[in-house]
Amino acid sequence: MRDSWRKFVNVTMLSVTGLCTLLAASILFFILGYLAWKGGSLISWDFLTKLPKPVGETGGGMANAILGSAKLLLLASLVGVPIGFLGGLYLAEFGGKTFSFMVRYATDLLNGVPSIVMGVFAYTLIVLPMKHFSTFAGGIALGVMMIPIAVRSSEEFLRTVPKSLRDASLALGASKWKTIAFVVIPAALPGIMTGIMLDLARVAGETAPLLFTAFGNQFWSPGWMQPTASLPQMIFRYAISAYDDWHQQAWAAGLVLLMLVLATNIVARWVLRKRMRLMRA
Amino acid sequence: MNVTEAREFPLLKMQIQVREEKPAAAGEATLVTERLVVRYGQRVAVQDVSLQFYRKLITAIIGPSGCGKSTLLRTLNRMNDTVANTSTGGLVQLDGEDIYAPGYDVIRLRRRVGMVFQQPNPFPKSIYDNVAFGLRINGLARSRAELQERVEKALRAAALWDEVKDRLDRNALQLSGGEQQRLCIARALAVQPEVLLMDEPASALDPVSTAKIEELMFELKKHYTIVIVTHNMQQAARVSDYTAFLLNGVLVEFDATSQLFTTPSDSRTEAYITGRFG
Amino acid sequence: MSTHPITQKRAPGPGRARVFLRRLREGDQVAHLVTFIFASAILLLSVLLFYELYRNSHLSRERYGWQFFYMSTWDPVFENFGALPFVYGTLVTSALALLLAVPGGVGAAIFLAELAPRRVSDVMTFLIELLAAVPSVVYGLLGIFILVPLLRTQVQPLLKEHLGFLPFFQGPIYGVGLLAAGALLAIMVVPFIISISREVLLAVPQRQREAALALGATRWEMTMKVVLPYAKKGIFGSIFLALARALGETMAVTMVIGNTPQINASLFAPGYSVAAVIANEFTEATSDLYISALIELGLVLFLLTILVNAVARLLILATGQGEARA
Repeated sequence: MRDSWRKFVNVTMLSVTGLCTLLAASILFFILGYLAWKGGSLISWDFLTKLPKPVGETGGGMANAILGSAKLLLLASLVGVPIGFLGGLYLAEFGGKTFSFMVRYATDLLNGVPSIVMGVFAYTLIVLPMKHFSTFAGGIALGVMMIPIAVRSSEEFLRTVPKSLRDASLALGASKWKTIAFVVIPAALPGIMTGIMLDLARVAGETAPLLFTAFGNQFWSPGWMQPTASLPQMIFRYAISAYDDWHQQAWAAGLVLLMLVLATNIVARWVLRKRMRLMRA
Repeated sequence: MNVTEAREFPLLKMQIQVREEKPAAAGEATLVTERLVVRYGQRVAVQDVSLQFYRKLITAIIGPSGCGKSTLLRTLNRMNDTVANTSTGGLVQLDGEDIYAPGYDVIRLRRRVGMVFQQPNPFPKSIYDNVAFGLRINGLARSRAELQERVEKALRAAALWDEVKDRLDRNALQLSGGEQQRLCIARALAVQPEVLLMDEPASALDPVSTAKIEELMFELKKHYTIVIVTHNMQQAARVSDYTAFLLNGVLVEFDATSQLFTTPSDSRTEAYITGRFG
Repeated sequence: MSTHPITQKRAPGPGRARVFLRRLREGDQVAHLVTFIFASAILLLSVLLFYELYRNSHLSRERYGWQFFYMSTWDPVFENFGALPFVYGTLVTSALALLLAVPGGVGAAIFLAELAPRRVSDVMTFLIELLAAVPSVVYGLLGIFILVPLLRTQVQPLLKEHLGFLPFFQGPIYGVGLLAAGALLAIMVVPFIISISREVLLAVPQRQREAALALGATRWEMTMKVVLPYAKKGIFGSIFLALARALGETMAVTMVIGNTPQINASLFAPGYSVAAVIANEFTEATSDLYISALIELGLVLFLLTILVNAVARLLILATGQGEARA
């Protein structure tokens, strides 16, 4: 009597929670599918290589946005990867107790900064003194956003290198820095690189920090000191506009961005899982 | 050369095939410890140990687990420096020089005194790169050709060359346990140390690999001074010229192997090797 | 030979060895120094961040003081800046997001950690974690063209009809508004709640579960009465992390919230959030005071997310400690 009720509850809740899960997991497919449906038709060679047309005219593409995003990400890696990697290296191999604690706290702090605030930071630091928007400012904003995850990734994977390998190197007469450079880092590198790939994928989709740093541009942006369009920023601009043609372009751009981000994520996470399993075995 | 003699070891209750025709004479002591004390924090791991390790002979350190033999071994190439909270007192000399003296070049020490660990720990690199590692790091080969030559020499000395000469590019982790350990020996030999420290080198291996490594040690003895830590008494009896017995960090007895295993001077030694404890 | 501690001085070795040794040691020192410099750069950046936000908001801070937080007019024309509408919008949308996301999210986490077979759980978790990687603008896109029309044509009329007596579901229906933003945020934070809660649940020691099952509990009872209470703090931690995410979310929110600085009890009403107003009005800000006010909003948002993140971390750590004591 009471037992059958309990069993009933058990089964029901299994179904209910299972449904929740199914729902959550299927959102991803829904998003992909809808984007493909709405924007897929527009993706063409033109779309990827032409500049946007003026308001009202149909056609055109997002070549400048794609290039802009690429430049921004390049700059971001130049800032984020060295600081993140070497900072993580410090924490894993050299750190003193109090200083390491402070660095870790600062890293967590930076990680929690809302992306729009990062944009404000880059604005006050770079755009204000320079008195104009630039790719450079946008790249710095994204670069600083990359640091915390690069640090965490590097530190974690460096720590997983077993002491026995370090001992082997030291016993052969290698100094500490040589052991780190020729044994520890090579062993940790695949993990660190996948972590950085995920990091890049994350900042590739960020719009907020670019709104008043890189700002946006209808045309090509030569060099690094002029405002530039970027993929997420174009999506935003076109999506909130009043033109159907621009809406469709927003879908297409969204599809391109999403596919790039997801592809990177899938590859990186899959590689990481394999390594995790290898290490545990 | 390979005359084996079945010698009785009544205390071990077995006959052991011993390689040497005559007991090896002790030459000069290349490595010496005097009143060595090692502490981990408050705990004393090695207490007042004075030992001599003779040139081109094999000295075994035996004792029950936790008696400090690995710690003792690790002081000989200052690997204990890498463990936090250790303090070392007393004297350790290599060829008359105090290796714990301030300013003593630890890096050079570790080239002269090599180490093979209990668990094979090859680098996740190719077989060639593993053996070449010590040479590259220390800048010991002046040309590609010389490097290749020395790698081959080391692999031959470790009796591994024939097995791996066709696959030097393969990842070292693909080798079997015994092969990996011999690779680690080759890697250590490549830098041409004077002394080779072996911390239970065969304990993680199967009997066949163990036998191969013991074989190897007889060859190596011709060129290197060897100190081996082992918990396997039969192995110590088979292989070593001199044996030190450690108990709770204290050196109980140190003598020629043939003496120690047949007529030990200390009752504790006798108790240990007859298996009454440990 | 006499005994002496290792600290006894000995004559140094030959000159060449000394130089060689120094050079080797220097390699280690150099590595230490270089990495130290980069680690310090991180510290410096975080300090600089605070400093810049603080410094550049001083006009607004001096002008308004604490009034800033309870004034509800945001009037760029007459230079009257009050933060209340944005704080209201941020809090309401975030609260709504949690209300919608937590039950489903924790439920899914329970399914994935306790009830589902391992393979299924791994695959679904992988998919759900990918959701967290979807860029904010893409969510915004879906918000504008799918969610908002859906709310406007189906959901909101339904709510108004059946629950219109509540102040939350009154007033004109636009589609965009607090409800849209809250719902969209819920979808965006659900992956975080599921992912972290699942890990927290998996970390509950097996002994606890076995004890419950051995006493004849059903799996659901074991989950609700033993596992969940054990993991409670960690799950709250995941909720706070989701909250921190929701508070700082900019693009998706600004695309569906209506961007109107007003305070209205109804969820149908358009509103504004702190992040959204900064995003929208920063480049249009005409006066120094205007920008200063926006930057002050940024500072507030920053401090708020730090606080929430700190609470979250404490909670997640606390679950681990619970075991040691138990």
